[in-house]
This record gives sequence, C-alpha cells and structure tokens, in this order.
Amino acid sequence: MRRLSPLVPALYILFVMLPIYWLLNMSFKTTNEILGDFTLWPREFTLENYITIFSDPTWYMGYVNSLAYVTINTVISVTAALPAAYAFSRYRFLGDKHLFFWLLTNRMAPVAVFALPFFQLYSAVGLFDTHLAVALAHTLFNIPLAVWILEGFMSGVPRQLDETAYVDGYSFPHFFVRIFLPTIAAGIGVACFFCFMFSWVELLLAKTLTAVEAKPIAATMTRTASSSGYELGLLAAAGTLTIVPGAFVIYFVRNYIAKGFALGRV
Amino acid sequence: MNKTVNHKAWFLVLPVLVLVAFNAFIPLMTVVNYSVQETFGDNTFFWAGLIWFEDVLHSERFHAALVRQLTFTFTILAIEIPLGVVIALTMPKRGIWVPVCLVTMALPLLIPWNVVGAIWNIFALPEIGLLGQVLNGLGIDYNFTRQPGAAWFTLIAMDVWHWTSLVVLLAYAGLVSIPDAFYQAAKIDGASTWAIFRHIQLPKMKRVLTIAVLLRFMDSFNIYTEPFVLTGGGPGNSTTLLSIDLVKLALGQFDLGPAAAMSLIYFLIILALSWIFYTLMMRDEER
Repeated sequence: MRRLSPLVPALYILFVMLPIYWLLNMSFKTTNEILGDFTLWPREFTLENYITIFSDPTWYMGYVNSLAYVTINTVISVTAALPAAYAFSRYRFLGDKHLFFWLLTNRMAPVAVFALPFFQLYSAVGLFDTHLAVALAHTLFNIPLAVWILEGFMSGVPRQLDETAYVDGYSFPHFFVRIFLPTIAAGIGVACFFCFMFSWVELLLAKTLTAVEAKPIAATMTRTASSSGYELGLLAAAGTLTIVPGAFVIYFVRNYIAKGFALGRV
Repeated sequence: MNKTVNHKAWFLVLPVLVLVAFNAFIPLMTVVNYSVQETFGDNTFFWAGLIWFEDVLHSERFHAALVRQLTFTFTILAIEIPLGVVIALTMPKRGIWVPVCLVTMALPLLIPWNVVGAIWNIFALPEIGLLGQVLNGLGIDYNFTRQPGAAWFTLIAMDVWHWTSLVVLLAYAGLVSIPDAFYQAAKIDGASTWAIFRHIQLPKMKRVLTIAVLLRFMDSFNIYTEPFVLTGGGPGNSTTLLSIDLVKLALGQFDLGPAAAMSLIYFLIILALSWIFYTLMMRDEER
C-alpha cells in the first residue's frame, strides 16, 4: 500500500497531461497529416501554425486584448477589495454579514443569465467593445472572490499590529499602506492570481461585450473554427498559446499556491 | 475574534458596493423586467404578470434540463471530491516533487474554458483523437457526437480533468497544515492508516473541503462554455444543461420573457442551495 501510493498522483498527472500533449502534438502538424493519418507524434514537423498566429494581427491582437482586460480587471478588483476586506476582518457594522453573503451571491450568478442585460447595459453607457467594459464586467465575480481571500489573510494578522500603530501616531491611510499591506503581501499575490485566473478563463461575457477592437483570443478561436472550416492545426496552436500565460503565472506563485487555494483559511 | 463595532466601516466597503451593484443590480432588474412582460418583437412590451413563471415551472423542457443538470452536478461531485482527497493524501509532502505536482496539476485550471472544450473535442473525436482511437481500437464502439452515453462519459471525464485539481489543492492545503506532532502521537498509539485519516486528517480538511464543495457546486451548476464547445448540447438534447438551454431560449429563439423567468428560477435554485452550504460553513467557523 505504502509503496504503491506514489502511483496515484503519477497516474493523475498522466491523465492531466495526455489531452494537453495531444493539443501540442496537433499544433505542430499540417492539416493534411491531422485529417489523413493517425500519428502519435508529428511526422512532418511544422511551425507554420505558430508563424500564422504571430504574423496575423487578427490573431496576435487577441492575446494583447485578453491580457489588457485581465490586467485592468485584476488591478480594479484587488484595489477595491483591499479596504472592504479590511472592514470585514476588523469591524462589526450594520448589515455586515448580509453584505458579505450578498457579495458571494454574485459569485454564484449564472453568467449565461446576465449575458444579454450586460450587453444592453454596456452599450447604453457607451463602453461596448472596450477593454474597460470586459474588465468591469468581470469584477462581478472577481471582487467577491478577492474580498473573500483577502479577508481570510487579514484575519490571520493579529489586531495588536493595528493598535500599536495607532498608539504610535500613524493615521489610518499611512498605517494601511506602509505597514499593513506589506504584512499581507502574500495574500495580495494570491488574490491577484485568482483574479487573473478567473478573468483569463471566462469567455461568455468577454465575447458578449466585444466586437472587433477588444476581441479576446478565445473568441477569435471560436470564430475561426466556424468560419473557415477545419483548421485544426491553427486552432491547436492558438489553444497551446493560451496555456502559456497561465503556466507562467502558476510558476511564480507555486510556493503560495497551497495556502492560496485554501483562501488563507487553513 | 472579537471585532469592534464601527459603522464608519461602510465607507471602506463603498467602492466594492458601487462596482458590484452596477454590475449586479442593473442587469438583474433588466431580467426581472423582461420576466413579467410580453413582446411581439417590435420593442413594445405588455404587462404579462406571472404567466412566464407558471409556464417555465410546468414546462417539461425545463424539468428535463434541471434533471440533467442535477445528475451532472452530483455525478461530478461524487467523483471529484473523493478522488481529490485520495490524490492529496498520496501526494509527497516535501521535496522537489511538490512544486512539480502542484504546477502540473494546476495547469487545467488556467486554460480558458472554451479551449478546455476544444482540447477534449480533438482528444476524443473518433477519427483524429487519441481517446477515440484507443477506445475504438479496444473494440468499444465510441463516438460522442452520436451516442448520448458516450457524450455523457466524455463530458464527465472533461469536468473531472478540469476541476479535480482544485479539490486536490484545497485538500492538500488542509493536510500540510497538520503539525508533525499529531502524526508522531498517532504512531505511538499504534493508530491504523484509516484511524489517522478519520480522526486527524479528515477533521483538518473539513473546512477546506466545505469550500471545495461550495465552489464546485456553484461552478458546475453554472457550466456553459465547456459542454457547449464539446457537444453543443447534443446529440439531440442529451447533454443540454440548464445554461445551454437558457441561451438557446434567449438568444436562439429570442423568447425573452420565458428566458428571463427561467433565469430567475435558475438563480433562485442556486441561491437557495448555496445559502444552505454557506450557513453550514459559517456555523462551523463560529464554533
């Protein structure tokens, strides 16, 4: 039993990697090879698919757009969530528990329900097809999550820290920025990671709120798949490239990942 | 922890409140507005009362989608939670394999959802996919674009692939927070592996597992993009989950009234079930 136990995570990792390998494999094949023979690795190795993506602005601008709204969203969500999380972790105030649950309900709202009203709302305020529109729309589910994570981390910091600082004559903003924020730096990192993650993977709202100027890469992929028939190699290459930013971000937070996934509440 | 009463804390919550209210309140009111009106498509609306709600609650189509949704959600919970716990238990606790495991396992979580659908589509297609070829090579007749059973199998496999890692990471975070002294004490007492799991590891994981169940429940009930890309709800209606049905109704047929009524009923179901989970979770935390 004890000797067999490393097999379980090993098999699971194999299961995780197989579909990703298949995607990677396909991204280096020519369309003829994909549709013609069944091959476990590319026989005619080609970089053609990647070259197409990097030389065609309709493709590579998709990545730029996605990264732009994800970044704006992360900044807005975490900045707004910081003071709110502090309030929830330190004070009791009128309706605090109801407010916290109401925030969480927005994490639960089925995005499909809101797609059409969102389109109308953002068209009405003139933000349709801008990065800001998608970034603001994604705060709907990212702010509640960021508040939840940051509140967990802040509650782990003893209150004595705040009290000592006030006794020493620090004003609230000064204390908050100079002393408190550096103390929970790990928590902020984790919150940013989660905001990045959920904004990066979401497509339905991002697609609904954009047309040309701010179209995310994932939407470019769906349109290519339907319009120009079966360009599977190109699709696979674009898919592979969407994994890269995620992998990059995970690598940076790998030491906090375990604690972060517990939302600071272990 | 005893917190001080301070009503001025509302000012700290204000930015969050304004942003979320803008995004949540206005669209929600739009949906409510549609749900009680009738339109003939020329931008004139008539008061329709609660007929759409009655229609949806009595419609067989909604019942069927709800049953499929519940089947899907409880199947993936029944697979992902135990599987995630077992993987977390068998994972190395220290050494160079820890970051390797964490990073590779977290990978599916950061893939855009439509790409997840696309990956599984090309992985499972009978002619060009690895899974499809292997299964058919073993003599199993497998084609998820034609057989409802195979479509369900692929859908569940995809979700297990996509989200089990979240459960693993949460459970793992609970496990590494157990001090070594607990295990040493258990060893002195001669406790069995099962006893250690039941009395030390499981209680320590309880809180993070509640979060895991809550998140997996909410997200699987809202799932749209992945099954839409993988099967498009087919073959027939066999994998048409609630969200897919809703979008078909609202954007496909442009039946705004019934679609809005369905949205609200759907939202209320999630809200009610999540509130039960949330209350249970908070009760534990205050203890």
